[in-house]
Amino acid sequence: MDTRFRTVVLLVLFFTAAFILRLFSLQIWQPEWKEKAITLTSDRQSIPPSRGLLFDRNGALLVGSRAAHDLMVLPRMLAEMDSAALEGAAQWAGMALEDFDAALTKAKRYSRYKTSTVRRGIGVEEHARMASTIQAYPGFSFRSRPVRNHIHGVAGHLIGEYAEASRDNLSADAFYRMGDHIGRSGLERVYELELRGVKGRTSVLVDARNRIRNTAQAESGDKPAESGQNLTLTLDLTLQRFAEQLMHNKKGSVVAIEPKSGEVLAMVSAPGFDPDMLVGSQRGPYYKTLVSDLDKPLFSRAIKATYRPGSIWKMVQGLVALEGGHIRPSTRFACDRNIIGCHGPHSRDDLRNAVIHSCNPYFYKVMQRVVNAGDGDSKFERAALGLDDWRKRVMAFGFGTNLGGRLPGTSLGSVPDSKYYDGIYGRRRWDFGTVYSIAIGEGELLTTPLQMANLAATLANRGWYRLPHFIHAVGDQGKPLGLGTLMDTGVDSSHFQPVINAMRQVVEDPTGTGRRARIGGIAVCGKTGTVQDEPRKDHSVFIAFAPQDNPQIALSVYVENSGFGGQWAAPIAALLMEQYLTGNVSNERRLNRILEADLMDPYPEPETEPTAPQP
Amino acid sequence: MTRSSDIRRNIDGLTIVLFLALAVLGWVNLVSAATGPDGAVEWGLRTLHGKQGLWLVVSLVLGFLILQVEGTFFIRTALLNYGFQLLLCALVLVIGKKVGGARSWFGFGGFGIQPSEFAKMGASLALAWYCSKEGGLNHFGQRFRAAVIVGIPAGLILLQPDAGTVLVFLGFVFAMYREGLSGAVLIVGFAAVVMAVLTILSGAGDLTYPFVGEANGIYRFWILFLVLGAGGIALIRNATLPRYRARITTQAVISTIAALLFSVVMHLALEEVLRPHQRERIQVLFGLEVDNPDADYNIRHAKTAIGSGGWTGMGWRNGPMTGYGFVPEQETDFIFCTWSEEWGLVGSTIFLILFASFILRILFLAERQRSAFTRVYAYSLGGILFMHMLINVGMVLGLAPVIGIPLPFMSYGGSSFMAFALMIAILVRLDAERFSVLR
Repeated sequence: MDTRFRTVVLLVLFFTAAFILRLFSLQIWQPEWKEKAITLTSDRQSIPPSRGLLFDRNGALLVGSRAAHDLMVLPRMLAEMDSAALEGAAQWAGMALEDFDAALTKAKRYSRYKTSTVRRGIGVEEHARMASTIQAYPGFSFRSRPVRNHIHGVAGHLIGEYAEASRDNLSADAFYRMGDHIGRSGLERVYELELRGVKGRTSVLVDARNRIRNTAQAESGDKPAESGQNLTLTLDLTLQRFAEQLMHNKKGSVVAIEPKSGEVLAMVSAPGFDPDMLVGSQRGPYYKTLVSDLDKPLFSRAIKATYRPGSIWKMVQGLVALEGGHIRPSTRFACDRNIIGCHGPHSRDDLRNAVIHSCNPYFYKVMQRVVNAGDGDSKFERAALGLDDWRKRVMAFGFGTNLGGRLPGTSLGSVPDSKYYDGIYGRRRWDFGTVYSIAIGEGELLTTPLQMANLAATLANRGWYRLPHFIHAVGDQGKPLGLGTLMDTGVDSSHFQPVINAMRQVVEDPTGTGRRARIGGIAVCGKTGTVQDEPRKDHSVFIAFAPQDNPQIALSVYVENSGFGGQWAAPIAALLMEQYLTGNVSNERRLNRILEADLMDPYPEPETEPTAPQP
Repeated sequence: MTRSSDIRRNIDGLTIVLFLALAVLGWVNLVSAATGPDGAVEWGLRTLHGKQGLWLVVSLVLGFLILQVEGTFFIRTALLNYGFQLLLCALVLVIGKKVGGARSWFGFGGFGIQPSEFAKMGASLALAWYCSKEGGLNHFGQRFRAAVIVGIPAGLILLQPDAGTVLVFLGFVFAMYREGLSGAVLIVGFAAVVMAVLTILSGAGDLTYPFVGEANGIYRFWILFLVLGAGGIALIRNATLPRYRARITTQAVISTIAALLFSVVMHLALEEVLRPHQRERIQVLFGLEVDNPDADYNIRHAKTAIGSGGWTGMGWRNGPMTGYGFVPEQETDFIFCTWSEEWGLVGSTIFLILFASFILRILFLAERQRSAFTRVYAYSLGGILFMHMLINVGMVLGLAPVIGIPLPFMSYGGSSFMAFALMIAILVRLDAERFSVLR
C-alpha cells in the first residue's frame, strides 16, 4: 500500500511542479504576456499642446481656438448590427452608409480594443443632436480637440491653413501622429515650429471598456505639454478688414507696408475666402467650391500673381537712369509717339512732367539710353550689356527677388536679362528695338503686388527699403532676427525728389491721373498704372505713400480687368490710407462707390474650354 | 488522562494552520478581486468579500462545533448524510434557481446554497463507510458498488448540468485506487487522455477521401488506428510464448476495440452532445481554429493577467488586468488570475506549494490511520482538492479546457468554502481519535 501512497504523492507533486513551470513560462520566460497586459491596460496618451495664437499688431486676437468633435468607435463594444441597424447608425452619424461601413471596417482592422476615428470635425449643433442619442449606439464616443477659430475671418491667404497632417508630414517628422494637424500653408506653415509647442505625455490605465481609470500612474517620461508661442503679426486688423471689404466683388490685391520698418500692414487677395469655413465639418464642400471657382479665390495674388506693372514702372526707369547718369531731371524728350503711343496733351516733358503725364515715348528714350550705354562693338553687344546693367539696378529695388521671406509660394516675378532674350532670339540677334516694351512696364517684365508695394515703400524712404515681413513678435521674444533687413537700391536719395514731386502732382493736380486718391489734409504721393489685358478690360493699378514727408504707409492696389488706374485702384488706395492715418473715412461718396462696385471680370476666362455642344 | 483531553492534544495543528492560512489568503485576495484597484475598500454584507467573510466565520464556528462531536457520529450517520445529500441534489433539479443555464442553487434571499458542493462530503463519507465495511476494493463487485456510490451524486449533478463538479468526482478514483483498484485504472486513464486528444485533433477538420468526398478527418484516424492495432496484435502474437498467446491476444483485441469504441463515443459526444461554446473551449485549448474570435477571450486574458504579474506581482488591489475587468469571472472561477497578477510568480508558487502541502498533509494523515474509514475519507478529500486544483489552475494557465469550477478557499462562494471547512473539520476530528478507536 505504501507504493500507492507514493504514486498519489508523486502525481500531486508532478502537477504542482508542472503548474509552477507553466507560471514561470507565462510570467517570466515569455515577456509577450506582460507586454500584452500593458498594451491592454495602459493607454499612453500624448497631451496635445495648445497651439500659439495669432494677434494683430495692436494685440487684437486674430486666430484663437475652439472645440471640434470627432466621432470615435471602440469596435469591441459595438453591438451586432443588421443592415437596417447599420443604416440607422450611419444616419445618426450623418454619414453615407458605405463611408460609415468602411470606417467601421477600418477601425476593426486597426484594433478591436482601441478607439478609432469614424468622423472628424462635427459641428456644435450636430454634436449636440448626436450626443443626446448616443446611448442607443454602444461603442461610439466623442473626442473633442481644439481647432483654429478665425475670429474675424480675415487674411486667410496670409495666415494659411491648419489642417490634418499628410502622410508625408507623418514620415518627415515624428512629432506628428495620424490625425494630428499641421500648418499647411501661409504663416501657419512658416511658423509651425514656433506655434506647435511641445507635446506632453501621460500614461493612463484603462479598463476593459477602455474607460480611463487611473491617471495618477506616473511613469518616467511623463511630462506636461508646453503651449506653442503666440505670434503677433504686423497686420493691422482694422486696415486688413477694411481692405477686404473694399476688395469685395473685385479681383486683384492690396498690399500695404509701413515704409520705415517693412512691416506689412495689410495684404489682401481678392476674391478671398472665409478661413473659418475651412475648419470643421463644412470644410469639404466649401473647399470644393473654392477649388472649382474660376476666379481662384485660394490663390494668394498678393505674393504669387505676377502682373506687368504698367506705368508705375516709369519711376523705376527714371531713377535708374538718373543714378546711371543717363539723364538729368531736366532732360527733355519729345513725345513723338512714333513707336509707342501716348495720351494727353504734352509735347516735350522733363522727367517730372513725364511721370505726371505718364509719357510713354519719354521713357522709351530713357530706356534706349540706359540699354545702349553698355560698352560694345555692335548695338547687339551694347544692348546685352546695357540690359544686364539695368537689370542689376532694377533688382536692387526688389524686383525679380523674393520679398515674401519664407512664405511658401512667393513668386519672384521676372526681370529679363540678356540670356533670356538670347534664348528667344539667339545671341546678337536682338537689340533695344526688341526689348523696348519693358521700358514702360509691359512686355516680359513681371512683378508681384508685394513688389509693387515695396516700390512704394522704397519711394517713400527715398532710396532704401526693409524686406517686407509679417511677424511683429514671436511669443514674448520680440521680432525674430533676420526680419526687415535693410536693403539699399543704390540710387541716391537726391534723385528721388523730382519723382516724388511728380507723384504728389499726379494726385494733387486737378487733371492728374491719380486725382481720385486725394485726401484732404494729407499729402499723398501716388502713381497710376493701366495695364492692357486684351481682350478684356485693363488692369487698374495704383501705388502710393502718405504723408509725403515722414511716410507712414505705402501701398499697391491692383484691380484686375476693371479700367484705368485712376478709376478704381486710386480711390481704394486713398480710402485705405485715410483709414490708416486718420482712423476714419471722410469721403462717403468715394467709399460707397467702391463698396458698391462689382468689378468681377465680365468676360469669360479665355483659357476655359467651351462647353460641349448639345446634340 | 481523560479521553477528551487526549483528543484535544491529538488535534493536528499543521492541518489547521494550513487550512487557516489558505482561508485567510483566499479571503484577502477576494477583497482585492471584489473591490478593484480604485478607491477605498467598502465593507458590509452587501459586498462580495463581506458575504464571503460571513460564510468564513459561520464555517469556522460550524467547524469548531464539529470538532466537539465524536467521530463515530459521522461514521454512523455516513449513509444518512449521503442519502440527505442525494435528496438535496435531486430536489435542486426541481425547485432550484436557474443560474447561467444550470439548476444548481437553492436561493435564500441574498444567499444561495449549492447542494453539489456538499454532495462531495456525503459521497466521501459513504465511500469511506463502504470501503471500511468491505475491507478494501478487491473484487469487481466491490469496485462496481463503490463506483455506484460515487456515480449517483455525480449523475444527479450532471443533470443540473454542472460538468465541472462532475469531473471533480474523478478525485474519488484516488481513494479507490488506494483501496485496491487496479493501477491499470491509471494507465487506462492515461491511454484515454491520449485517445481523446487524438480524437479531438483529427476530428476537428474535414478531409477529402477517395470515392467518398469530403468528410470528417476522424475516419482516417480510426482506419489508421485499426490498421496499426491489427499490426500490433500480430506482432504481440509472434512475440509471446504460446502458453500466454491466447490470453494476451484476447486482451489486446479487447483493448483495441475498447479504445476505438471510446474514440467513437468521444467523437459523437463532441459533435452531438456538447454545446457549441463547450466544443469551442476544447478546440481553443488545442489551438484549433475557431469561428468565434472571442472564443478564446477568457483564457487569453487570464494568461495575460498572469503574465502581467511578473516576478513579484503588481501588489494587492493593484492588478490592472484583473482589477479593470479584463478577466471575466475573476471573483470565482478565474480568481487565481487576481492572485497571480498581484503577487507574481513568487506569490503564485507560494500558494501552489501551500495548496499542495495541504493535500499532501491530508494524504499523510490518511496513511497514519488505523481506521480504514478515516483513511478512505481522507483520500477522498485529498483527491477532491487535487482535482479542483488540477482543473481550475490548469484552466487559468491554459493547460485544461475552460471548465467552471471554483478554486477551494479562493473563489467566491459560500457553499464551496463551507463544505470544505466541514469536511476538513470532520477529518481533523477523526484523525484526533486515531489512537482511541480501532475501526
